[in-house]
Amino acid sequence: MELKEKLLSSFMAFEEQVDVNADLHDLRTSAIKNFETKGFPTKKEEAWKYTSLNAILKNDFSVFPKNENAVEFADVKKYFLHEIDTYKVVFIDGVFSSFLSSTTHDGIDVCLMSSALNKPKYKMVIDNFFNKIASKDESLTSLNTAFANEGAYINIPKSKVVDKPIEIMYFSTGTEAALLVQPRNLIIVGENSHVQIIERHQSLNENAVLTNSVTEIFAQKRAIVDCYKIQNDNHAASLIDNTYVSQQLESHVHVNTFSFGGNLTRNNLNFYHFGERIESHLNGITIIGEKQHVDHYTLVHHAQPNCESFQDYKGIFSDQATGVFNGKIYVEKEAQKTNAFQKSNNILLSDKATINAKPQLEIFADDVKCSHGCTIGQLDETAMFYMQSRGIPKKEAKALLMYAFSNAVIESIKIPELKQRITKIIATKLGVKMGFDL
Amino acid sequence: MLEIKNLHASVEDKEILKGINLKVNAGEVHAIMGPNGSGKSTLSAVIAGNENYEVTDGTVFLNGDDLSDLAPEERAHKGVFLSFQYPVEIPGVSVTNFMRTAINETRKAQGLEEMPANEMLKTIRQKSELLEIDRKFLSRSLNEGFSGGEKKRNEIFQMAMLEPKLAILDETDSGLDIDALRIVANGVNKLKSKDNAIIVITHYQRLLDYIVPDFVHVLYNGKIVKSGGKELAYELEEKGYDWIKAEN
Repeated sequence: MELKEKLLSSFMAFEEQVDVNADLHDLRTSAIKNFETKGFPTKKEEAWKYTSLNAILKNDFSVFPKNENAVEFADVKKYFLHEIDTYKVVFIDGVFSSFLSSTTHDGIDVCLMSSALNKPKYKMVIDNFFNKIASKDESLTSLNTAFANEGAYINIPKSKVVDKPIEIMYFSTGTEAALLVQPRNLIIVGENSHVQIIERHQSLNENAVLTNSVTEIFAQKRAIVDCYKIQNDNHAASLIDNTYVSQQLESHVHVNTFSFGGNLTRNNLNFYHFGERIESHLNGITIIGEKQHVDHYTLVHHAQPNCESFQDYKGIFSDQATGVFNGKIYVEKEAQKTNAFQKSNNILLSDKATINAKPQLEIFADDVKCSHGCTIGQLDETAMFYMQSRGIPKKEAKALLMYAFSNAVIESIKIPELKQRITKIIATKLGVKMGFDL
Repeated sequence: MLEIKNLHASVEDKEILKGINLKVNAGEVHAIMGPNGSGKSTLSAVIAGNENYEVTDGTVFLNGDDLSDLAPEERAHKGVFLSFQYPVEIPGVSVTNFMRTAINETRKAQGLEEMPANEMLKTIRQKSELLEIDRKFLSRSLNEGFSGGEKKRNEIFQMAMLEPKLAILDETDSGLDIDALRIVANGVNKLKSKDNAIIVITHYQRLLDYIVPDFVHVLYNGKIVKSGGKELAYELEEKGYDWIKAEN
């Protein structure tokens, strides 16, 4: 059976399985209808021109994960930021693991989507925020909405600086031959509050996994939200990350995406402005090789005056790896004095590596500053010779140059332990022991 | 120390060096002068192992080792240092970290332990004082936004850190004002010893007032056409390169 048919027929069973209220039922039903009409995206669609899901969709995915699998903390410790104390919301094959998690209701809610969706005390928040910024039109988001049941629910009331970072972890154990997981996260950050969130999807063996994740982030007035997405999964795992960010007056949201692993990764990252003097920061480092594929598809929708957005994506591609950067900046007529900047810098290390970079600017206001720049190049040979002539071997010189290339984005990491971790992953990825910290 | 025999080199099939012979002993300072396009920078690049130049004939030996098949970093590990005419800007890598990497890689190649951090810092401090380099400068990205003088001083600072056996200074005087020239020359003179050798490549005699050569060679059209003592530099300054051109 085709995956689409399987999903459609599973929907009925799913609806019976979970206990939901009528509103949610309606929402899910219209979402599955949209998915039924649209189906999985194909390369015929402009937005998916460079990314094909065909090969992945041939897997016979299990849609309903089995019960929680036992995973010992020692086995997965390395994936956590274990040097410091963090809140943890951990899922194994899509099921919440209370054993590995460290949640809280003490002044802030760092807990589970399933309880938020089902418990009456959260109803008002769910009514106000759930599926409010996520697209009702995009088919994969609809597919997620139809099956939305589990994920992280984070609600920070106003004027709270959350004392430690929150880690959202999705492990897959590979007990299923092929697993489709659809996490759904809802993150609400109240007025003047500040939170740091780290999100990671990690499979623990070589069986195929497809994650179709949707995250909604609401940054209220003057809220500061720092998100870090670590994508360093093994080569049988694919990820479609749909993130929707809603920003109110003077809020600052940073989303940093580190894409080093996985088979196919698609990041749909969407920012919507609902107030003035907002800042949106989208940063990314992509370092991939072999036949890996990473597609960054970003949208910043400027709808209010005096807002700023900054996009800085660095990509290093070796072997037959392919990268895509499609950055859309939309500036509405009302959004005067907008500053919107976009950079996509890429290095191709092999003749067979590919990057497709496509800026898309749609500007309807007349007093704005918008810029975009894409560069594609090889490593600077003169710089290589310069470093070699100082005794730095070619491999290390190359690594140093690539590290320097991504440095601006690494510098934007505000959690020192995470910065160290990312540096280490990059060093491993580049195959060197880095005797320097820049 | 350095022995070059019948060296021919070309770039993109154009022959630039047409049979260079040069012998440099430890403790000596050699100046190589010549008009633009005579092959001065090519010679320095070839000795340092730049792969853009193809050696078509001849040999380069350093302390008895044939350098021909060695990568630039391997030559550096054997003690070759080239001060670049145009030092490369490397954003995102600080001077300190660059030096630390260079020194530790060299030590690794020589079978030594990494230099302990405190010793490294001490050495960096000492050597930067020698070149009158501000400490703030050391945390800046390598050569990025440096003035011409700062770049050249930074080159000699690297030389001081790496303590090469053979240092080639390629047009180190170009773009330097008189104060910077004095600082750079002073640094080089302090680094000079009976165990190392220095080749100064320059267009003008000016630098040679500060770094006094034992020998002066004139390179013209890919060959050394004249060699002599330091007085040759003055003669060149006086008569100009047309004198050499006329004779050849």
